[in-house]
Amino acid sequence: MKELTYHRAEDAASAVALVTGDPDARFLGGGTNLVDHLKLGVTSPTTLVDVSRLPMDEVAELPDGGLRVGANVRNSDLAAHPAVRRGWPVVARALLAGASGQIRNQATTGGNLLQRTRCVYFQDVTTPCNKREPGTGCSAIGGYGRYNAVLGASEACVTTHPSDLAVGLAAVDATVVVLGAGGERRVPMGDFHRLPSDRPEQDTTLAHGELVTAVELPASAVARRSTYRKARDRASYAFALVSVAAGVDLDDDGRVRDVRIAWGGVAHKPWRAAVAEEALRGKFLSEESVREAAEAELAAAVTDEQTAYKVPMVRNLTALTLTSLAEGATR
Amino acid sequence: MTANEVTPTPIAPRSIGTSLLRRDGVEKVTGEATYAVEHPVTGPDGQPPLHAWLVTSTVARGRVVTVDATAALAHPGVVSVIDHTNAPRLADTSDAELAILQDDAIAFRGQIVAVVLAGTSESAREGAALVRVEQEAEPHEAVFDEDSPTYAPEQVNGGSETDTLDGDPDEALARALVTVDATYTTPHEFNSPMEPHAATALWDGERLTLHDSTQGPRPVRGTLGPMLGLAEEQVRVLAPYVGGGFGSKGLPHAPEVAVALAAMTVPGQPVRLAVTRQQMFALTGYRTATRSHVRFGAHPDGRIEALRHDTVSQTSRIKEFAEQAAVPARVMYAAPHRATTHRVAELDVAVPSWMRAPGEMPGMFAHEVAMDELALHTGLDPVELRVRNEPEVDPDTGNPWGNRRLVECLRSGAERFGWAERPTGPRATVDGEWWVGTGVAASTYPMLWMPGNVARVRSLDGGRYGVAIAATDIGTGARTVLTQIAADALACPPDAIDLDMADSDLPFGSVAGGSSGTTSWGTAIVAAAQQFRADHGDHPDPGVETTAASGQYAAMDGHALHSFGAVFCEARVHRYTGEVRVPRLLGVYSVGRVVNPRTARSQLLGGLVMGLSAALFEDGWRDPRTGHTVTQDLATYHVAAHADVKEIDAHWLDDVDELSTPMGSRGIGEIGIVGTAAAVANATYHATGVRVRGLPLTADHFLE
Amino acid sequence: MDAEITLTVDGQRRTVTVDTRTTLLDALRERLGVTNPKKGCDHGQCGSCTVLLDGRRHLTCLALAVAHDGAEVTTAGGLSGPDGALHPVQQAFLEHDGCQCGYCTPGQVCSAVGVLDEIRQGHASHVSEDLEAEPGLTDEEVRERMSGNLCRCGAYAGILAAVKQAGEQAGEQAGQEGAA
Repeated sequence: MKELTYHRAEDAASAVALVTGDPDARFLGGGTNLVDHLKLGVTSPTTLVDVSRLPMDEVAELPDGGLRVGANVRNSDLAAHPAVRRGWPVVARALLAGASGQIRNQATTGGNLLQRTRCVYFQDVTTPCNKREPGTGCSAIGGYGRYNAVLGASEACVTTHPSDLAVGLAAVDATVVVLGAGGERRVPMGDFHRLPSDRPEQDTTLAHGELVTAVELPASAVARRSTYRKARDRASYAFALVSVAAGVDLDDDGRVRDVRIAWGGVAHKPWRAAVAEEALRGKFLSEESVREAAEAELAAAVTDEQTAYKVPMVRNLTALTLTSLAEGATR
Repeated sequence: MTANEVTPTPIAPRSIGTSLLRRDGVEKVTGEATYAVEHPVTGPDGQPPLHAWLVTSTVARGRVVTVDATAALAHPGVVSVIDHTNAPRLADTSDAELAILQDDAIAFRGQIVAVVLAGTSESAREGAALVRVEQEAEPHEAVFDEDSPTYAPEQVNGGSETDTLDGDPDEALARALVTVDATYTTPHEFNSPMEPHAATALWDGERLTLHDSTQGPRPVRGTLGPMLGLAEEQVRVLAPYVGGGFGSKGLPHAPEVAVALAAMTVPGQPVRLAVTRQQMFALTGYRTATRSHVRFGAHPDGRIEALRHDTVSQTSRIKEFAEQAAVPARVMYAAPHRATTHRVAELDVAVPSWMRAPGEMPGMFAHEVAMDELALHTGLDPVELRVRNEPEVDPDTGNPWGNRRLVECLRSGAERFGWAERPTGPRATVDGEWWVGTGVAASTYPMLWMPGNVARVRSLDGGRYGVAIAATDIGTGARTVLTQIAADALACPPDAIDLDMADSDLPFGSVAGGSSGTTSWGTAIVAAAQQFRADHGDHPDPGVETTAASGQYAAMDGHALHSFGAVFCEARVHRYTGEVRVPRLLGVYSVGRVVNPRTARSQLLGGLVMGLSAALFEDGWRDPRTGHTVTQDLATYHVAAHADVKEIDAHWLDDVDELSTPMGSRGIGEIGIVGTAAAVANATYHATGVRVRGLPLTADHFLE
Repeated sequence: MDAEITLTVDGQRRTVTVDTRTTLLDALRERLGVTNPKKGCDHGQCGSCTVLLDGRRHLTCLALAVAHDGAEVTTAGGLSGPDGALHPVQQAFLEHDGCQCGYCTPGQVCSAVGVLDEIRQGHASHVSEDLEAEPGLTDEEVRERMSGNLCRCGAYAGILAAVKQAGEQAGEQAGQEGAA
């Protein structure tokens, strides 16, 4: 870790100005990922601008029934919030499936979205990694690949995004509110994270110095009837092998009026399974119909010996998640 | 100092058999217990400690061309950088794992090539990052597979024979009516104690004092002294609290040499070295991967006529460690025709070493899954199959058993577990989203006694006794059970015992390893206590003392002394994701008399948990391109978390083993891990009909 | 770059100079000599460094000390009373032998205190069937919530029994106070 200059931000605008003006400056939130990376040498800023005490820690109900979540709301507080539990169970479930109780007390909403891949090579500065050091190569290709992507990977990077919350937010069409030097902009979750292409160093569409200030959750019937399921090695405190965030809205006959499916552990970003969603609209939800829809989405999957399991795993888990939601399960 | 050798006689249990609270429990639950880098050590003139940080190689084989410390030394707080050109010379470089910083050779990735000393840990870490090591890579081999060239070691770990042969197993296998012929694998597994390897060293110009995280202060002293060109007495090793070891702290490793060398460059100034969790995966030992080819030839009634267990493991080219995975097959079951072999592949990799039940753990995974396959082929219940193959005498030596009660463990466990209600065939039970199955496996571990232990008993004021031996408590409960043993040997209450341990200046104590601690130290304490009473009577004057070495008590020459057990497991395999969970795990053991039921239960449960962890998760993945274990932290090398351990229980038979120790006990540290992974694997087969012959039992094996 | 910060550690106000790179864990252990929280991984993967930070369980290895200027830290050492009397959670750990080597134990103890508080506040967990119902002090709930604290000795059965015992005692006490 290089020597560091530390600034405690007075307000969001000045924090943005400080970081925008210094390519070696970073925002510090809960610190659960950044402090880890400082110690590993994965990132070497010379200046930290601490935004963790800025008053972005409110969960406010919006006039249209939606929710505005301040970027500094801690993961545990968001999961415990009555409105989230009631109106966006997939968000609460995704949060509770991630990390540990201690880390959830510490990690922020904004920081969770910005956490970086857990690829073993990304985290080890003695190995080549295009995401950490552009142009050095991808060690995960031909290396350890159990957690690698099966959708949307590139020759430059095959890793996956580690967040559970982000998958939940992708399923409910959340909007990320961002403050930059030029003012505020609103980014739909689907456009927030990106696929690696030939620029894997860029996890998101944020510019340097842009600060996540809030996340907005629109109210919807699919969000109210939603859940999150995660397959992993350990029963707790483990990153996803694959995960499924899903919500459904059925008509009186039990046909799908609307459905949302997002997958974790399969791509460089939360993977919104739009093809599968489209295939299910107007249909009855059965294991067969969901499997078929998931397979259509997975037609584009590229696997190897180490990742082949992810295709049947995410297909099966999607079938289970949606059919149990249709049956009225609460988890 | 040579002490008289005394062979003790059995003692009457009074405190032994009671659940005395852990003697150091209050220090542990408050966090006041002080571990290796937590001692407030200062130099003679009050010098604060320097912080050491290791710089390690990034090529698997080659040499160090240059170590450029310029940038590191320019970093504020960095005091010095030690490499092979300026490190103190060792007097003995015969152990290539330990002889670090003596030449430019790189033998594996992650080897120590420099040490940075700095005033704070922050500057030491950054200093290490700034050291530029130019390395010249040479071709290396880091892949262990079927094609790896192997050789036969002279002997295997523990001093056992490399190969054994009785009768004509190949001929008997060829004519057997029922056979099992399969290959079983276990991956590289890492001890991963919660306290990373660490030490604080102070060299005052005469003496090296090391607060070390070790399972054996005396063995560390005995190794480091001669290497450093010092008399053994010039090295003092203290380890009052050790945050786990499971074998990895049983032998000194390179970091202990690094901190000692670093301390010798700054006389009078303490040096702290905390190995990082990541560095542990290359520097502090691990259980090598194993591949066991197991063949059984049996009669249709299940009796095994012939068995072969041929095992291959790998070691580092610079130091041999031969995991004795085929050794348990020599004692488990009766079979007139039998062969066991060990072969080893030499690779350019980190040095493997002891991990809880070396040999027995991977070997019994293979052996006991193979038994499950034999049960299937013969149509016998797996418990009944084992009962039918119960040997009357030790098949290996022909000696009578000291106390073999495997069948009782199996029967008692089966009853407690509800084994009788088990559906015979696989894939018979579905509960919601889960396939459900049950499995059983046997476990075994030899009684090990270490010679040379010496204890001192001194009478203190007020009817108290001071008892001293350089034993260590790495979480086993040794501090508690040795107090109980001393109390009973002296016929006084445990509260009258002041136990002094974990200091190499005390009388010789052997390593806390091989489930030999309580056996070896306890026998010495009993010997010294009995001699003390003979010397000084029942009402000794304060200040009188006796020091005695224990003669061999255990009747090892005429008997086969082993512990046995049976593990029962219920496994659930998720029908959609293949995830494996274990809702029930039960071990029933015959381990001699249990000295302290509270701490013994923790030891046995801990072994079961580690076996469960190996069954489901543990997998050190080595990148063949670099010889680097890339799963080098606790987020990628998974060990069982709380949610993975559900209903778990350990029981033991009412036992007294007077052939092994004067306490009637045998060791209990390892046996809990033995057989456990096989029981889980057998349960997953019963749940799903999918036979997995390699650990860990990850979800991908069971996906449909 | 150095910075001076003030922390209240186990009830004592302490002013300390730290490097801006110093973690809260290293500030406690290496600068203040408070070694009750342990360093097991230094990367948020084991839970050994858990303390109560401003009343909530928190990892100290993933926190920069300078960012926590003014914080109130309670370690396992500060949970016991000034007379050395053990906290009910600590007493239960002792009785159920919820520790072996002792290295993860201070973190487990602090985490357990946090868990009982989170359950009392009605926070759901990953294993709660109903997100909106009051969670119970069940085996499953305690195991899930304690999963951020690894124990390689495998003392989980004892830890579970200890956390439940302490939680039930606290519940009974609260019930009695409520009745009175």
